[in-house]
Amino acid sequence: MIESLDLLFSASLWAAVLRIATPLIFGVLGALLCERSGVLNLGIEGVMTMGAMSGWLSVFLGSDLWTGLLIAAAAGALIGLLHALLTVPLGLSQHVSGLGITLFASALAYYLYRLIVTVGESPPTIDPFRPLDIPILSDLPFLGPVLFVQTAPTYLALIAVAVIAYVLARTPLGLAIRMTGENPHTVESQGLDPALIRIGCVMAGSALMALGGAFLTTAAFNSFFPEMVQGRGWICIALVVFSSWRPGKALLGALLFAFFDAYQLRLQTVVEGVPYQLFLMAPYILSIVALILVARRAQVPAALMTPYRRGER
Amino acid sequence: MRLERRASVPWTLAVSTPFVAIAVALALSAMLILAAGVNPLLAYVEILRGSLGSRLAVTETLTRAVPLVLTGLAVAVAFRARFWNIGGEGQFYLGALSVAWVGHNLISGLPPAIGIAVLIVVGMVAGALLLSGPAYLRLRFGVDEVVTTLLMNFIVILFVGLMIEGPLRDPLAFGWPQSVPVDKAYRLPDLIPNTRLHIGLLIALTIAGIIWLLLARTVFGMEARALGLNARAAEFAGVSLPRTIIGVALLSGGLAGLAGVIEVTGVTGGVTTTMSPGFGYAGIVVAMLAALHPAGVVAAAVFVATIFVGADAMSRATGVPSFIADVIVALALLTMLVALLFSSYRIRR
Repeated sequence: MIESLDLLFSASLWAAVLRIATPLIFGVLGALLCERSGVLNLGIEGVMTMGAMSGWLSVFLGSDLWTGLLIAAAAGALIGLLHALLTVPLGLSQHVSGLGITLFASALAYYLYRLIVTVGESPPTIDPFRPLDIPILSDLPFLGPVLFVQTAPTYLALIAVAVIAYVLARTPLGLAIRMTGENPHTVESQGLDPALIRIGCVMAGSALMALGGAFLTTAAFNSFFPEMVQGRGWICIALVVFSSWRPGKALLGALLFAFFDAYQLRLQTVVEGVPYQLFLMAPYILSIVALILVARRAQVPAALMTPYRRGER
Repeated sequence: MRLERRASVPWTLAVSTPFVAIAVALALSAMLILAAGVNPLLAYVEILRGSLGSRLAVTETLTRAVPLVLTGLAVAVAFRARFWNIGGEGQFYLGALSVAWVGHNLISGLPPAIGIAVLIVVGMVAGALLLSGPAYLRLRFGVDEVVTTLLMNFIVILFVGLMIEGPLRDPLAFGWPQSVPVDKAYRLPDLIPNTRLHIGLLIALTIAGIIWLLLARTVFGMEARALGLNARAAEFAGVSLPRTIIGVALLSGGLAGLAGVIEVTGVTGGVTTTMSPGFGYAGIVVAMLAALHPAGVVAAAVFVATIFVGADAMSRATGVPSFIADVIVALALLTMLVALLFSSYRIRR
């Protein structure tokens, strides 16, 4: 009992929280951006898998780590474009299209991976992002090892939260995006094209999701293997609801979630006699509980999942 | 020239739509096979040879199609009412696990036919109960069932892992995590001797027929469809949304649970956490390719099984990664969505 409380004060736990939160921050931001413009993107799980694979593969084939992230983002944007074309101009069911995109993108990622990397004993590895040891700051007691010894993509994720929050809340573009998610017809009356805004948001959002996947293979681990995204995309979809579609709360949700995940991982080693599966279930159960708690007062974008057709109401 | 929405889609067009969609999906996948340095036609011939080229291959393909028919029906029933059950995988596993538990020694002494009937009921109830949770959460709290059913898949598979490493562990499996087996008396008899094809095929076909009647000829089926077409109009016309959604959820979950029952009693005997190569998720593709029609589900399940069974043999023969099967099937889902849309319009001069 004392031991499990002691865990809460260890710097390594809180450092792990930020690390575990990073792919979720990217994913939840991406999903939030899509949904704010009115498009549910259930392709997220597949996009993250594709990001994880393509980022890893490009580094494996010789590019540097940042180029790897760029390629992952581009791959994500391309898959996002496919989802956007199916759901925006064609107006297909966002649920079914998104699930189809997830099945397609994961299958394509595994196929391309197997095409280039032949089956071996263990998956090949790359040299991943190393934790930045920021001088002076990293020597601070407690805060140093938590905040200033992370890998570069973690800082990128935090910057992305600020950027998305600023763009959505304080710029004309953000206003247009939010309006597209609430009432696309008013956007059109301003001379803007809601379809283009939605396509752009889904592409940008998918690029962010793919970065979340790429973090897994280029920073958290150093190899790619099937099923490695493990439902993180679906958890992000739940986190968007939990955050009431606000970037700041989304960051909070991702951190909270990551805290429970990091804590259960450490509890496993301290608490004996409890099957490890019960600990592993906790994050998923937690997501469902979070959904139940907020569902009633969630401020859903009014035009979410409603296809936009010019001149139709 | 302009596009115009059809008042009704002629049946010839409706039947040909999936074939067009599959052809386009195969053409797109051909580019990926080319990237592997293999002639796509050769690869497709190998897939057909692997899945339909011999008597044994055909029985393997049909064996694989059986759970797909049931998970496909589960999705078709739910999606018709726009109830997004993506939890077929979890319901499959819970159905399978409950049958291993009950069928191992709880019902010993019952005559085989009655025992099997009991197991079918047990598995269907397990799947139905599992899905009633998300259905309740949607009705009571407005929680979107897509996310809850998806997340439950992960929870259930962990639960299965917990049970087969704990209380339901098979002590004779030499450390390999596997559940206790269903009593030999309650296994489904073979349909064709010396193959794995079992009478589950007949059960699945019968169920497909029943679901067809249920959806086309009963008030429940009508109400479910009305809800899917326009929930507000349906409610206005007197359809009870909660009652219909709960009914749909129980039926859909029960069907996916039944798939687990049939797979355990017909093929595997016991439960492992890898016994399903994504039957629940593939059910979505099956149902969509069938345009949510029960008869179509049977055909679509055979198609998907053909691709999956054939791809392994093709991969061995040509070196193209067998993941191409997943690509083809996922692409077929996407092209089918587009084809369905286009088939509902016509060009007017």
